[in-house]
Amino acid sequence: MSGPLSAVPADGGGSGELLRVENLVKYFPVRSTGMVRRTIGQVQAVDGVSLTIGRGQTLGLVGETGCGKSTLARCIAGLIPVTSGTVTFEGHDITNLPRRAMRPFRREIQMIFQDPYGSLNPRRRVGAIIGDPFAIHKTATGNERKRAVQELMERVGLNPEHYNRFPAEFSGGQRQRIGVARALALRPKLIICDEPVSALDVSIQAQVLNLLADLQDDFGLSYLFIAHDLEVVRHVSDSVIVMYLGRIAEAGPKDPVYDTPRHPYTAALLSASPAADPESAASRQRIILTGDVPSPINPPSGCRFHPRCPKAQELCSQSVPELEPKSGGEPTHLTACHYPVQAGEILASTGRREPV
Amino acid sequence: MSLLDVTDLRVSFPTADGVVQAVRGVSFSVDTGRTLGIVGESGSGKTVLTQTLLGLTPGSQVSGTAMFNGVNLIGLGPDQMRRIRGEQIAVVFQDPLTSLHPLYRVGWQIAEMIRAHDKSVSRKQARERAIDLLGRVGIPQPSRRVDDYPHQFSGGMRQRAMIAMALSLSPKLIIADEPTTALDATVQAQILDLLLRLQQESDTALIMITHDLGVIADIADEVMVMYAGRAAEKASKHDIFYAPHHPYTKGLLESIPRSSAAADRLKPITGQPPSLIHLPSGCAFHPRCAYVMDRCLTEEPQLRSVGDAGAHKSACWLPAAAIGTAEAAEAARRRAVGEGRHAAAARVAEEIAASPEGSVIA
Ligand SMILES: Nc1ncnc2c1ncn2[C@@H]1O[C@H](COP(=O)(O)OP(=O)(O)OP(=O)(O)O)[C@@H](O)[C@H]1O
Ligand SMILES: Nc1ncnc2c1ncn2[C@@H]1O[C@H](COP(=O)(O)OP(=O)(O)O)[C@@H](O)[C@H]1O
Ligand code: SF4
Ligand code: SF4
Ligand SMILES: [Mg+2]
Ligand SMILES: [Mg+2]
Repeated sequence: MSGPLSAVPADGGGSGELLRVENLVKYFPVRSTGMVRRTIGQVQAVDGVSLTIGRGQTLGLVGETGCGKSTLARCIAGLIPVTSGTVTFEGHDITNLPRRAMRPFRREIQMIFQDPYGSLNPRRRVGAIIGDPFAIHKTATGNERKRAVQELMERVGLNPEHYNRFPAEFSGGQRQRIGVARALALRPKLIICDEPVSALDVSIQAQVLNLLADLQDDFGLSYLFIAHDLEVVRHVSDSVIVMYLGRIAEAGPKDPVYDTPRHPYTAALLSASPAADPESAASRQRIILTGDVPSPINPPSGCRFHPRCPKAQELCSQSVPELEPKSGGEPTHLTACHYPVQAGEILASTGRREPV
Repeated sequence: MSLLDVTDLRVSFPTADGVVQAVRGVSFSVDTGRTLGIVGESGSGKTVLTQTLLGLTPGSQVSGTAMFNGVNLIGLGPDQMRRIRGEQIAVVFQDPLTSLHPLYRVGWQIAEMIRAHDKSVSRKQARERAIDLLGRVGIPQPSRRVDDYPHQFSGGMRQRAMIAMALSLSPKLIIADEPTTALDATVQAQILDLLLRLQQESDTALIMITHDLGVIADIADEVMVMYAGRAAEKASKHDIFYAPHHPYTKGLLESIPRSSAAADRLKPITGQPPSLIHLPSGCAFHPRCAYVMDRCLTEEPQLRSVGDAGAHKSACWLPAAAIGTAEAAEAARRRAVGEGRHAAAARVAEEIAASPEGSVIA
């Protein structure tokens, strides 16, 4: 039930659908430096993204630095205004709502951030930090709040006796548990996880991923899960979206996207991310892209991937490919490419490694 | 004799809170044309270990030897060290901005590096070499980009410029400390590809430090797994991945998500890495180890051979037969735990079992 928009029937927020994003655009103005700060351009951070997230489902979002993942997340959470497009939560249009009208939805949509160090105020005690949402939304006070906080601490695997400690007294993994407890406080329906485990070592990362999975089972949570580690995203997600420079390159249920990627960028990304297995690393076809991700200020014309794409042809720089199902694939598996990758097609490879 | 032979290296930092024992008796060697991967969690001592080889850990107390090409790097004077660093050993850091000067043009910095070590090279020649190097590491239009400042380069281009600088003097050994950690997957692939290609061209030895087992699987020949300032296990890449002996190595491998794994649930290592000021007694891993036995609490295991050829070493009290993931190995581990765990270790095991994600072998 989660994925790109056209992958689900438009039932207007019926039983299965929790969140719907349609054609979301977010541009940031680029201003000149100097006395008069004129707008001289736009960062096209998110440029026409549509998606849905079903109840109890996890939608994974992957893509390289600067492709617009966090911006999309912050637009959905209502933390920054959108330039155009709509965000619908449980059938309610929550796009650019004024603060007061947004408040009930703020409780339902929570965020967890990457940096367990930077997102916690070092001078406040964890009990107070986790209890913040209760205070802001005036739902529990005094001893009742303390009890609720300690229950949350217990639930996320923190020792409730550490209620009065400061963030610095916790390890990275424990700090991420604090972030999870705070997000959980008001029993949200959707948690947006923006790189929640990227700063953690693998052994600790697995602890936090298991915790998120348990909480999803217990509370029927939905997740929008952003990460750059493709194996992590595959592990947690039901559906995935691959973004490139503000747009969706490919989207669908995770298995077809991972097993038979149709967009050359997805194929390159998958081939580039090293599997922790020497045999598959040695046998894998590697697509080494040339160049870096271009600037979202003056993105390339047509298909934004065309300057780096091994399959690019003339049409690619002239016309924007539609995000649509491709022949031979599942109808829910969508790709924005004029010349999608065919089964068994070899894009490019380097023969630098001998087999193990 | 290898190109680099490090023996019993110890590095500690006296601090207000106590002595940080960052590296606690590590030995390893690297041969020409080979890649040693060093993997471990953050704080396990990877950076301190290699920085010490280059005399870059001021304020530390160092013992042990590091024979490089017949010269002991430990205790070398600053002038001698400066000559070896750059000319014979080059370093590529995680964040290239810390090693590229922001106010000087990239090409100029490379050219100066060349001239600093060889006065007979003219400015013009050095600049030509810089352009050539930038081209070799895949910077497009190098004759134009040579005059850019570091901030005009993307992260991937800066890392390539760093590699160009590392290569400028044809070093015998390159130490790369998390060179791709800050980069995106597709750019990381470019950089790893580049490092390996250059290594093959000039038969350089490479030490690749990373916390990413995927990078290790990709490019290492030999692997050293570090935990709390020591080598927990050393082996060929194949043995580390397919026949691990140390429970920490096994735990690391089991905790990464893999599409091939049938189980829905990951298998994390419980607990956190220890404080290097107040280290656990005995085996530093014992407060997290599912196989903890009585002797693990009091006696620190030393690296010893566990494989046939002698190249596979593990610092763990479990028997040599407890190697790999096969059932027979697990049975050997269980047997050892059955015989070696009494009241003291049983208490520790209980604590582990009670902590989040805790599981122990009974
Ligand atoms: N407040 C802002 N003003 C101007 N540009 C911005 C602003 N916030 C983000 N951007 C730009 O928008 C683009 C998308 O940024 P975003 O943070 O969403 O990327 P991301 O996909 O989350 O990247 P990462 O993987 O590095 O977290 C980038 O080019 C970024 O520089
Ligand atoms: N100058 C220093 N003074 C005190 N402690 C230090 C210093 N440099 C490093 N350490 C400590 O040494 C340990 C190992 O650090 P490091 O080698 O950087 O780990 P890694 O590279 O494996 O992440 C850490 O506990 C770190 O805090
Ligand atoms: S549309 Fe063209 S440039 Fe874009 S991904 Fe497809 S083939 Fe490549
Ligand atoms: S079995 Fe003992 S020696 Fe081996 S890793 Fe576990 S605690 Fe350390
Ligand atoms: Mg981001
Ligand atoms: Mg380090």
